[in-house]
Amino acid sequence: MSIKIEHVSYSYGQGTAYEKKALDDISLEIPQGQFVGIIGHTGSGKSTLIQHLNGLMRASSGKIYFHGEDIYREGYDMRALRSKVGLVFQYPEHQLFEVDVFSDVCFGPRNLGLPPEEVEARAREALDQVGLGEPYYKKSPFELSGGQKRRAAIAGILAMHPEVLILDEPTAGLDPRGRDEILDQVAALQKERGMTVLLVSHSMEDVARYVERIVVMDDGRIRFDGTPKKVFAHYRELEEIGLGAPQTVYVLRGLAEKGFPVNTEATTVEEARDAILEALGRRNVC
Amino acid sequence: MGFIKGRKLVYEYKKYNEEGGIESVNRAVDGVDLDVERGDFIAILGHNGSGKSTLAKHINALLVPSGGTLYVNGKDTAKEENIWDVRQTAGMVFQNPDNQIIGTVVEEDVGFGPENMGVPTEEIWERVEESLKSVGMWKYRKASPNRLSGGQKQRVAIAGVVAMHPKCIVLDEPTAMLDPVGRKEVIRAVRALNMVEDVTVLLITHYMEEVIYADKVLVMDGGKVVMQGTPCEIFSQVEKLKGYRLDVPQVTLLAHELKKSGLPLEDGILTAEELVEALCQLRSNM
Repeated sequence: MSIKIEHVSYSYGQGTAYEKKALDDISLEIPQGQFVGIIGHTGSGKSTLIQHLNGLMRASSGKIYFHGEDIYREGYDMRALRSKVGLVFQYPEHQLFEVDVFSDVCFGPRNLGLPPEEVEARAREALDQVGLGEPYYKKSPFELSGGQKRRAAIAGILAMHPEVLILDEPTAGLDPRGRDEILDQVAALQKERGMTVLLVSHSMEDVARYVERIVVMDDGRIRFDGTPKKVFAHYRELEEIGLGAPQTVYVLRGLAEKGFPVNTEATTVEEARDAILEALGRRNVC
Repeated sequence: MGFIKGRKLVYEYKKYNEEGGIESVNRAVDGVDLDVERGDFIAILGHNGSGKSTLAKHINALLVPSGGTLYVNGKDTAKEENIWDVRQTAGMVFQNPDNQIIGTVVEEDVGFGPENMGVPTEEIWERVEESLKSVGMWKYRKASPNRLSGGQKQRVAIAGVVAMHPKCIVLDEPTAMLDPVGRKEVIRAVRALNMVEDVTVLLITHYMEEVIYADKVLVMDGGKVVMQGTPCEIFSQVEKLKGYRLDVPQVTLLAHELKKSGLPLEDGILTAEELVEALCQLRSNM
């Protein structure tokens, strides 16, 4: 078990007139190696939740366990936790600050107190994982495109060798290819390294395509938690809370309403194609 | 003469060295011819760095051409004396609503633009009312902008532009930071302005689904316009778009996949309803 959250609540401005409950009795378990999508409208508590997972924010009440250890226990090594749970904020490229890409990626591991050879080896490896080769090492972050900057920022986190990678809307503002490149690389890391990945996203299509489990946040609570197929079956309720479902779900539901004998579970393009072909094929047999 | 008319438009970003000499030149817009009529809804697609934002900034003279000409409402944007006329003709809305809102109360924020133009007080309030109503934000007129959701803030930003009575609005990725419902709200507001108020719209976006309502779509690559046509014509060319790092709406992709699998569907299906309709017809003919 990698992360366990028990009855966590958090209020902003506690004790003031502006007190607002951002998390309301959240309980959640995330096993090692899972690829989890977190969706919810703006202000639903997603970002607050993920900042609890590496100890950046402290719950008003409740407990959080990392590998079975209570992170609020006295003497718990928060520093170690932060290097194991890597958090990539929205627009992480705003946090690039070094003179060149390579130095920027070295910053994290150097801060861990690693020897210089190890620091450089990790930076090379991390840049390789995000697809930025040697020619980019000495470039100023300002010379990179939006997608490249973002990949450099993600490499900075990967160089810390996190066990858990949390990404807050990593594809906002990227063109479709840039979006696919980043998500494909994240998916590969999750598969090859067994890394746990939490992806916060506003794109229902992306979530449906990549993750194995979706947690839906609304008003500081978990509204749904399950496989994409199960969660998107609640598309009407999702619309009510500012979300929706991938377009394919609407196509299949529309077909079913017109009496088309189609399996409406599919959430990706490939699944939907197969479901429709199967429905038409079955008709041929009759 | 068209409302917006560009001929062989060129823009070069120049990088200077410490002595003030030119170190490198990056041609971001490269020989673009642009023709937009009053009341058009134009969508501009292109990958990060393809030149779309640079082109957009020319429409209200934030940038002036390095070569070629651009006329907006009959005025040459390169002429210093036209700059205020041009800016009053074309308003801009950017990606991040937080960077565009300056007032502490919604109605004050919207009134800022007309006030700056020297509109009489009474008329300012009329304009505030009509523009907030046009984006569906009238009931929030007394609210503080920082209490609004992203989609609401972005609509306030649009109202702020509308209050200046522009003939044209240029929106540069206005929905990139919004959740699905926020995105819908903004696009709905933009379409209403276009259809009801006859405001000319230029929309830059990475969300292919937002483009399907446009009269015309331009695709940019390497500073040039490489494709143009109706959404249906553009999205019929799935493979070509992918080559430009772009994508098609998920429904269009599903239809394309079904066609590849042998179903006799037409190219360029854009909405879930169209696809459902086409499949039902197919089934009844089988």
